[in-house]
Amino acid sequence: MTEPVQNGDNLQQRPSGAAASDLAQTDLAIELTGINKRFGAVHANKDIDLKVRRGTVHGIVGENGAGKSTLMSILYGFYTADSGEIRVNGTPHAITDSRHALALGIGMVHQHFMLVDNFSILENVVLGAEDSALLGPSLDRAKKELTRLAKEYRLDVNPDAIIEDVSVGTQQRVEILKALYRGADVLILDEPTGVLTPAEADDLFRVLRTLRDQGKTIILITHKLREIMAITDYVSVMRQGAMVDTLKTSETNPEQLAELMVGRRVLLRVEKTAAKPGDTFLSVENLVVKDDLGVTRVKDVSFTVRAGEIVGIAGVAGNGQSELLESVSGMRDQASGIVRLKGTPLSLEGDDGAHRARKAGLAHVPEDRQRMGLITAFEEWENAMLGYEDDPAYGKGIILDIPAAQAQARERIKKFDIRPANERLKTANFSGGNQQKIVLAREMERNPDVLIVGQPTRGVDIGAIEFIHNQIIKMRDAGKAILVVSVELDEIRSLADRILVMFDGHIVGEADPATATEGELGLMMAGVTDKKAAAE
Amino acid sequence: MSSAILKPLPRWADVVLLPILNLALAFIVSGLVVLAIGQDPLAALNAIVTGAFGNGYNFGYTLYYSTNFIFTGIAVAVAAHAGLFNIGGNGQAYIAGLGVIAVALPLQFLPWWITFPIAVVAGAAVGGLWGFIPGWLQAKRGSHVVITTIMFNFIAAAIMVYMVVNVLKPAGILAPESAMIAPEGRMPKLGAFIPWFKNTDVNFTLLLALLCLVGAYILIWHTRFGFAMRALGQNPTATRYAGMSNSRIIMIVMTMSGALAGMVAVNQVVGVQYRLVLDYVADAGFVGIAVALMGRNHPIGILLAAVLFGALYQGGNELQYVIPGLSKEMVVVIQALVILFTGAMEGLFRPGLQRVFMTLSPRQKAAAVEANSVKSGS
Repeated sequence: MTEPVQNGDNLQQRPSGAAASDLAQTDLAIELTGINKRFGAVHANKDIDLKVRRGTVHGIVGENGAGKSTLMSILYGFYTADSGEIRVNGTPHAITDSRHALALGIGMVHQHFMLVDNFSILENVVLGAEDSALLGPSLDRAKKELTRLAKEYRLDVNPDAIIEDVSVGTQQRVEILKALYRGADVLILDEPTGVLTPAEADDLFRVLRTLRDQGKTIILITHKLREIMAITDYVSVMRQGAMVDTLKTSETNPEQLAELMVGRRVLLRVEKTAAKPGDTFLSVENLVVKDDLGVTRVKDVSFTVRAGEIVGIAGVAGNGQSELLESVSGMRDQASGIVRLKGTPLSLEGDDGAHRARKAGLAHVPEDRQRMGLITAFEEWENAMLGYEDDPAYGKGIILDIPAAQAQARERIKKFDIRPANERLKTANFSGGNQQKIVLAREMERNPDVLIVGQPTRGVDIGAIEFIHNQIIKMRDAGKAILVVSVELDEIRSLADRILVMFDGHIVGEADPATATEGELGLMMAGVTDKKAAAE
Repeated sequence: MSSAILKPLPRWADVVLLPILNLALAFIVSGLVVLAIGQDPLAALNAIVTGAFGNGYNFGYTLYYSTNFIFTGIAVAVAAHAGLFNIGGNGQAYIAGLGVIAVALPLQFLPWWITFPIAVVAGAAVGGLWGFIPGWLQAKRGSHVVITTIMFNFIAAAIMVYMVVNVLKPAGILAPESAMIAPEGRMPKLGAFIPWFKNTDVNFTLLLALLCLVGAYILIWHTRFGFAMRALGQNPTATRYAGMSNSRIIMIVMTMSGALAGMVAVNQVVGVQYRLVLDYVADAGFVGIAVALMGRNHPIGILLAAVLFGALYQGGNELQYVIPGLSKEMVVVIQALVILFTGAMEGLFRPGLQRVFMTLSPRQKAAAVEANSVKSGS
């Protein structure tokens, strides 16, 4: 494993640790000193110091594998540290398990919710905290308490609603309520916005602010710098198991944080020249698509993408973008409409539509790489040919030329800097960013005329984001037509040469990323078009 | 939490150590049952082992049973790789007998080496059809193969009774069975070439079974179709994304699975009984599920598991003669226990074994924790 990275190496001068150093002991809800944790040869946490002030939102950022989860697991009692001290409210404790952590007022909201789908919200909150053998009195007491909590922290939920019927955002509230119900004063949230729509994320932030204002302490683990800037008071940066720095959020900026996280300068803004659009490569005409339940999700959509340009589709998740992508790439049958590639209509019907689309020169990086783009139980080289397994390069006849496929996979691993560089490794063991690179390498190396990319950097580390964006722009500059769909408005604005906004299955407007403001785009994403606005 | 960070076992432990532990437990519990009815478990074990492997005669019969279990086991495994649970091996093996007898009787005066390949094709065709229909229903109509293949077992049984009694039974014979195949059209027993196997039912079909194992290995891991099939088994959304036709794969795999199960009919009809009788499958289709489970859907594992179950069948039959106090039903109990521990409860020892391995190897533990932290996304 690598040595601990020196704080100073190739970084700018900055006010080191000034923000946290002048704190009195009593202001601290949590104080970790000299925490070390090794798993065999892996030094997951190296001499970590962390001070979290009471009544603040404290962000912890770092790339995958930086040791954030290990540190929080130690605080929450999942693991015991090899050495170091944990102080809660100034008193040292050896936290042995999560029950102990909870007794000390530390609650955790996991990335993947731990709820019983067919129980009501009330039953889920009480689950594991029933205080009598009969459920009735427990539930009555819990209902009163829940109402009080909901009022105090503005966490409105209907206690009798069934979990599977409520939105993901509400489910997360239930997780927070569960922790509060058990008396948590310190709430740890692990990547809480990964599953939320932007509106739900805003709502979560509002809740977190209320909690903070009522004196609760919040530790937010994330890799999204935007969220750090939006909600936290302090931010600690981890890299390769070490705590790099703790800063006051108001005194830092995303560029500095990214640099601290990655250990080198990172371009957050995409650098590209003006597009030189050529012929129309992809044209979608009057496309109508229904989802699995038969609900029309894409309503009479028409647009074109020309060679040498990136067209971005912006919109809040769930407005038909997924169905649009799946339909154009041949994964989902269209109800009506035509998709043309260089003027020739594509035949996309049937469950091998995607195969014909690929043959015609349309490559697709799907928005959910783990569910669609990869078979995570397969070895890397197998995924490197997924969808192209008919290619003669992988052998003649029915027998696969496995050495040839593996050799090609090795080449791509080198070219796309996929780590670890081992084509025989199970794909599930690659990080999100490297998995995305596997998919990108596969789809881009075919040199397609049209590339469709859904959520290019969802769940991807900052370092890899830069690489992925540059690859997409390289494809554009090579004269390919590129369609990007992303729910990250920033990404669309920086990557696209032309923005289409989708709302409720329609394309409600087109904008020039150079001139359109975030406000204008936001209005369009909410379905407010110029005409409507003018009429009001 | 501690269970979440267990690392998968090394491959050799998963495919060798675990089944051996399961088997040992099955034998220990069986021994306790034998003890409970007042018999000597070690004597019983000795009787089973000797009964299965003790001499050429016994071993020949073990291999004869194993032949059937290889076919049904590999049939289940091929389907399992595509994520399909074919419980219809019994029905497919049974109804395939119609195809075999339909060519074996008219061609009975030709040499066996002409009849044999034609019988194989005919049995595969009819067994394959019996797999294809549930496959088609799954692919095109969404009817789950687990349900339809069970139903097709019953349909096959009913059809066979009708066909044997009303169509194939020659006039003047009382038993429900078809006419006999002439000696020329019968498959030679291995005993004709290897004296050790003299007077046993193991015949040339065993070689066909071994060939099927090799073929299945190549199909699953070295062909384009095998790649698509495994991809479907792991992630049907990804195969749709890749543009492999899921419905096509399902129909082909179910047909292949049915055809493999149908080879049981070749063994029974032209290899052993020389006529079509009722219920000749003797639940080999269901044993095939246990064989595939225990063999981890791998041809080598299936070969070993099929020999084990063949030995249990043959050794169990001998047991009742050697120890009169142990009835045939007792043998069924032992077989059931083996299926229970090696099949249904095959994961019983896994968590414990994983813990042992992690304690023995800190590097594995580190790797497990690292992999876990990557997965949880932080």
